[in-house]
Amino acid sequence: MGFSTPSPKILTSRYHLEDSFTLPVAMKAGAYAVAREVIGKKSPESIRDEVKKGNLRGRGGAGFPAGVKWGFLNPRPGQQVYLVVNGDESEPGTFKDRTILERDPHRLVEGILISCYAIGAHKAFVYIRGELRFGQLRLEKAIEEARARGFVGPRPFGVDYPIDIVVHSGAGAYICGEETALLNSLEGRRGEPRIKPPFPAVEGAFRQPTIVNNLETIATIPGLVEMGGEAFAALGLVPGDGGTRLYGVSGHVARPGVYEAPAGLPLRELIYELGGGLLDANRQLKAVIPGGSSTPVLRPDRLVKASDPQHPLHAWDGKSEIDVPMAVDLFRALGTMLGTCCATVIDDSVNMVEVTRNLMRFYRHESCGQCTPCREGTGWLVDVLDQIAEGRGKPSDVDLLVEIANNMMGNTICAFADGTAMPLLGMVRQFEEEFRAAVAAGRPLDVRHDTTTRAAFQGGNR
Amino acid sequence: MAFALTPEREKQAVALLERYPEKRAALLPLLWLCQRQHGYISEEIVAWVAERLELSTAEVKGVVTFYTMFFDHPVGEHVIWVCRTLACELRGAKAVQEHLEKRLGCKAGETSADGRFTLLKAECLASCGTAPMVQIDDLYYENLTAEKLDRILDEVAASGPFYDREARERFEADRRGEG
Repeated sequence: MGFSTPSPKILTSRYHLEDSFTLPVAMKAGAYAVAREVIGKKSPESIRDEVKKGNLRGRGGAGFPAGVKWGFLNPRPGQQVYLVVNGDESEPGTFKDRTILERDPHRLVEGILISCYAIGAHKAFVYIRGELRFGQLRLEKAIEEARARGFVGPRPFGVDYPIDIVVHSGAGAYICGEETALLNSLEGRRGEPRIKPPFPAVEGAFRQPTIVNNLETIATIPGLVEMGGEAFAALGLVPGDGGTRLYGVSGHVARPGVYEAPAGLPLRELIYELGGGLLDANRQLKAVIPGGSSTPVLRPDRLVKASDPQHPLHAWDGKSEIDVPMAVDLFRALGTMLGTCCATVIDDSVNMVEVTRNLMRFYRHESCGQCTPCREGTGWLVDVLDQIAEGRGKPSDVDLLVEIANNMMGNTICAFADGTAMPLLGMVRQFEEEFRAAVAAGRPLDVRHDTTTRAAFQGGNR
Repeated sequence: MAFALTPEREKQAVALLERYPEKRAALLPLLWLCQRQHGYISEEIVAWVAERLELSTAEVKGVVTFYTMFFDHPVGEHVIWVCRTLACELRGAKAVQEHLEKRLGCKAGETSADGRFTLLKAECLASCGTAPMVQIDDLYYENLTAEKLDRILDEVAASGPFYDREARERFEADRRGEG
């Protein structure tokens, strides 16, 4: 996996160091300097201000401004504020948070210390998906090291502001990445999302005011605070999206991996420069799922239509969809979402009906089952897609997929159903001819996705 | 014989209960401790955990069955999870699965006849950049080729049952070798 990172490096600045995950190495390269400088010395309010100015958009998928989220806290006297770090990284195509846990857990610990101080919390829970045991062990070790030095505990850096950090392991459930499901899981329950409101900032973990932030978001805090909000915001290539962030690229690219780059990088650069272009140069780029499986698919051969000068995408009118900068608001205007900023690249060896079927099986497996439209809808989508893929499809099946998806949207407790319906609708919208052709063919599809890569597994070297 | 944690794990269990403002929150970590010791969550363990946390057995069972990583039945000495979701499938997950099925003589979802390996399909394991990959017990094995996978299986087969040993050292050693 490559970690080549164009300047400036913030999150990944210590990744390349030998034993980067240990305290002595991390400290020699600057870890905990920012926490020491601000905890008890600057006002929490001033830190919150910097984060707001930094235009730090949440890195977990929704892209909500982190500074604004922190501003929702308004604890009543006697209430405990909790910080919960969402490390349940499970969105298909996403593998960025893991690198922080494994390569620089001290950056996360430092981010937690500063964030706790900024929001008035004395206890942080880090929820790590159960499968990421290795990253979890590295983080636990890092916390132990920081505790031994007094950075975590009753008096961090000699300041009377106790901070405790607890690592909590999940046990296999995508839905626990949804913040209220995560809170239930943290409390020892089934990971079923809660009805909102109340939002976690009002009533979260253990019924106390809680801020839930993505792991990368929190790991970004030390760098942001160090350089100041304005300088951080200026790193972004487009207004509204500050700083650098972790980009992932996987699938049919030559150099899959995690790369740090400024917010607002065009997909084309992620694929062809950081990702090294297509894995098989004789193939054509067919589709890109831009930010995790819930984000609607883009086509390089589809052009942006935004002739109205007021349109947010006007600057890219007539250009390919993959030339639009990867920014939260621009991608929403494009009809997709930036999501986790980890792209899955698909070449023309692959049938999109099969891609859709693969992803919908994921959602069927992961639906928590609480709401009927989601529990039943995810299953029906797979059933209809199976029917089409096996050559038993009817012409009306393509419309049926759309109808099922439309009935799921907006009819459930959490956004899982929308996160299933949106990509399904995107697939049908972008590749309708392929779905219709599969139905018309009336025979089973070639179900191999891996024609580009099978030989490499059988005999090759990786 | 009634279930009990080993003295070392019992110490960890006591520490766990201190970490949360409510007893019940220790449920997942406590189940992990039990499964690491016993290999799966037996009815006996369900009852033991329920009593310990003052919950009903139904509540505990409800949690055990919700999460895919908790087993409510015996599994092989080692559990192999093959990631099947899109990024892995684009890079050869099916070939990985077929290779394992052939070598172990069982289908995905089954345990090999000698009881040593359980083969399961997994949903996205957050390792898309190093696909195809499998998780064996607590460890990830990435950028797989048939040859590499065979070598890994030989090593795993030569070791004792997973829950008899500490994953950490092996893990660290492995990573250092790769890094």
